[in-house]
Amino acid sequence: MLNIKNLKVAVEGKEILKGINLEVKPGEVHAVMGPNGSGKSTLASALAGNENYEVTEGTVEYKGKDLLDLSPENRAREGLFLGFQYPVEIPGVSMVNFLRTAINEQRKYKNEDPLSAGDFLKLMREKKSLVEIDSDLTSRSVNEGFSGGEKKKNEIFQMALLQPTLSILDETDSGLDIDALRIVANGVNKLKTDKNATVVITHYQRLLDYIVPDYVHVLYKGKIVKSGDKQLAIDLEEKGYEWIRQETGIEV
Amino acid sequence: MASEQDKIINEVTGSDYKFGFETLIETETFPKGLNEDIVKAISKKKKEPDWLTEFRLKAYRHWKTMKMPEWAHLNIPEIDYNDLIYYAAPKQNAKYESIDEVDPELIDTFNKLGIPLEEQKQLAGVAVDAVMDSVSVKTTFTETLADLGIIFCSFSEAVQNYPDLVKKHMGSVVPYTDNYFAALNSAVFSDGSFCYIPKGVRCPMELSTYFRINAANTGQFERTLIVAEDDSYVSYLEGCTAPQRDENQLHAAIVEIVAMERAEVKYSTVQNWFPGDKNGKGGIYNFVTKRGICKGDNSKISWTQVETGSAVTWKYPSCILKGDNSVGEFYSVAVTNNFQQADTGTKMTHIGKNTKSIVVSKGISAGKSENSYRGLVKVLKGAESARNFSQCDSLLLGDKCGAHTFPYLEADNDTAIVEHEATTSKIGEDQILYCNQRGIDTETAIGLIVNGYAKEVLNKLPMEFAVEAQKLLEISLEGSVG
Repeated sequence: MLNIKNLKVAVEGKEILKGINLEVKPGEVHAVMGPNGSGKSTLASALAGNENYEVTEGTVEYKGKDLLDLSPENRAREGLFLGFQYPVEIPGVSMVNFLRTAINEQRKYKNEDPLSAGDFLKLMREKKSLVEIDSDLTSRSVNEGFSGGEKKKNEIFQMALLQPTLSILDETDSGLDIDALRIVANGVNKLKTDKNATVVITHYQRLLDYIVPDYVHVLYKGKIVKSGDKQLAIDLEEKGYEWIRQETGIEV
Repeated sequence: MASEQDKIINEVTGSDYKFGFETLIETETFPKGLNEDIVKAISKKKKEPDWLTEFRLKAYRHWKTMKMPEWAHLNIPEIDYNDLIYYAAPKQNAKYESIDEVDPELIDTFNKLGIPLEEQKQLAGVAVDAVMDSVSVKTTFTETLADLGIIFCSFSEAVQNYPDLVKKHMGSVVPYTDNYFAALNSAVFSDGSFCYIPKGVRCPMELSTYFRINAANTGQFERTLIVAEDDSYVSYLEGCTAPQRDENQLHAAIVEIVAMERAEVKYSTVQNWFPGDKNGKGGIYNFVTKRGICKGDNSKISWTQVETGSAVTWKYPSCILKGDNSVGEFYSVAVTNNFQQADTGTKMTHIGKNTKSIVVSKGISAGKSENSYRGLVKVLKGAESARNFSQCDSLLLGDKCGAHTFPYLEADNDTAIVEHEATTSKIGEDQILYCNQRGIDTETAIGLIVNGYAKEVLNKLPMEFAVEAQKLLEISLEGSVG
């Protein structure tokens, strides 16, 4: 589904990702871990198409297409979803209006008829219960005045509505208390099928107690230095990133 | 020789303006320039009564003593008032034989606004059949209005048919001495609308929706007078969301509203005149004086405007709250893009007791434009318990545009409560990216954000107007980001 080869990305002329290789297949859950500044969020932003992240080398194939050739909105319409680390507030734009526009833009792209207001509201009610999101939140402006936890829940709620093929969750666990973490993780697990895939980007192993990954990759200084199964995450938690440094022989 | 020379000089300097007004009225278009003969000729051409000719002349003489105001936050190239034509017979509008000859860009905009084909033809100047739907619609509605005693006609017709009403109210809200442009308009006004709602009558329809095509060609110096008698109600729509390609560069209009006891007048405007091209060339200068007086107790006047056009906008729809418990409202969205400049706002003058006013102004600037809100809330001594709330928000797209707020508050009564809130915000790249990432392209995203921002004002527009205005905002800002 997703095949990243030798991806190099620069921000303001400075190379952050120095040759990433990663393959994700349908039905898989991948975790990308790494210390601060290792390039985790850069990977997420580059895949979503943020133009501040310049791809200098490498290829990304997504569902047989050249992902880097698609505009950010077309990447989304092709089923790529990014759960933002810091979801932005959009005052004045109601959640309902925002989400209905998003869904109908996606449907238009696929040559489907727009969803009627009634059908949309029904769909929204259905997905709301999945992430235990307050009814009140969806009647407000996008993320406006939401608490940190509510914003993250809202990301998962949007993911549930848009039904992406590939979800990249960028530090979705940061700033969540244990209850919110459980709700978010449950949401992700319930949305999992054998046709979609998830890439969970996280700093801590904690989230991986709830979302069990098939593969764990350690990102360090712009490269994936170690890959393994969920045990790798546990080892990493115990031994710290210093252990990776020693294991891989990469200097600070 | 000397006497011969003197004779020639005398002839040249002493003779009347060579297009004396008696010959003027034979022609369809007057020569350039403004003088008393031109003013008299306009009046004569329109077969106006003497009092009106006199009114125009007084206004002209007063205008001569005035200077163009310079206090606005506008950069206006000098206007040569003697280089303008002040009267032209209404033109036959049909410029094209079929819609295929019209600029496709214009048609594209019409389609985006969802304007029906027949109406597109009218607006673009294509010859159409006389049996067009809206014509018969117009007739039907004119009959309905007449049955209720409502007068709705052109200003010129009103002068002929209802001279007493016109004489009584014209200039009572905006006297010709009011300001430079009001004086100019009073001297040379071409035509406009007159609307009279008798006692106790609620006008059953939005006035001018069904007439908007016909109302489109009202000319350069428009004059509107609306009189609402006791216990009456009217909602009046001015303008049109379709782009207006007008050859006149200078527009100076006057709108006067008189609301008697318990009367309510809602006045909605959508202005979309040619704003000039992307480099700031051309475009209309729009200098408007709009004012309403809540003359009777418990009356209400509400202004709603969506301003997206014109190169220069100078406009302050205002309310004089004379009657006790009267209410004045001002809801405005002003969009400027490219090199457009707008200085707009309102004046709320509280005279009566328990008078209330609400001001909601939403400025949106993009490109290299300048957008200013200028407002005055004035509470006079006798205005016990007057109450005002003003909210002025500015939204910036990009970093080359400007937004300015000039609020003036003058309260001479201790019991008055005057509140002012202001915010400035920007559409951020991160907001656009967030929308992109959910499959919403940049232009749709800006549309969503801008409409969300302007919602409070758009909600005040009559339904079908609001939908068009929403699309209009999106079109006006096309290409302004990225």
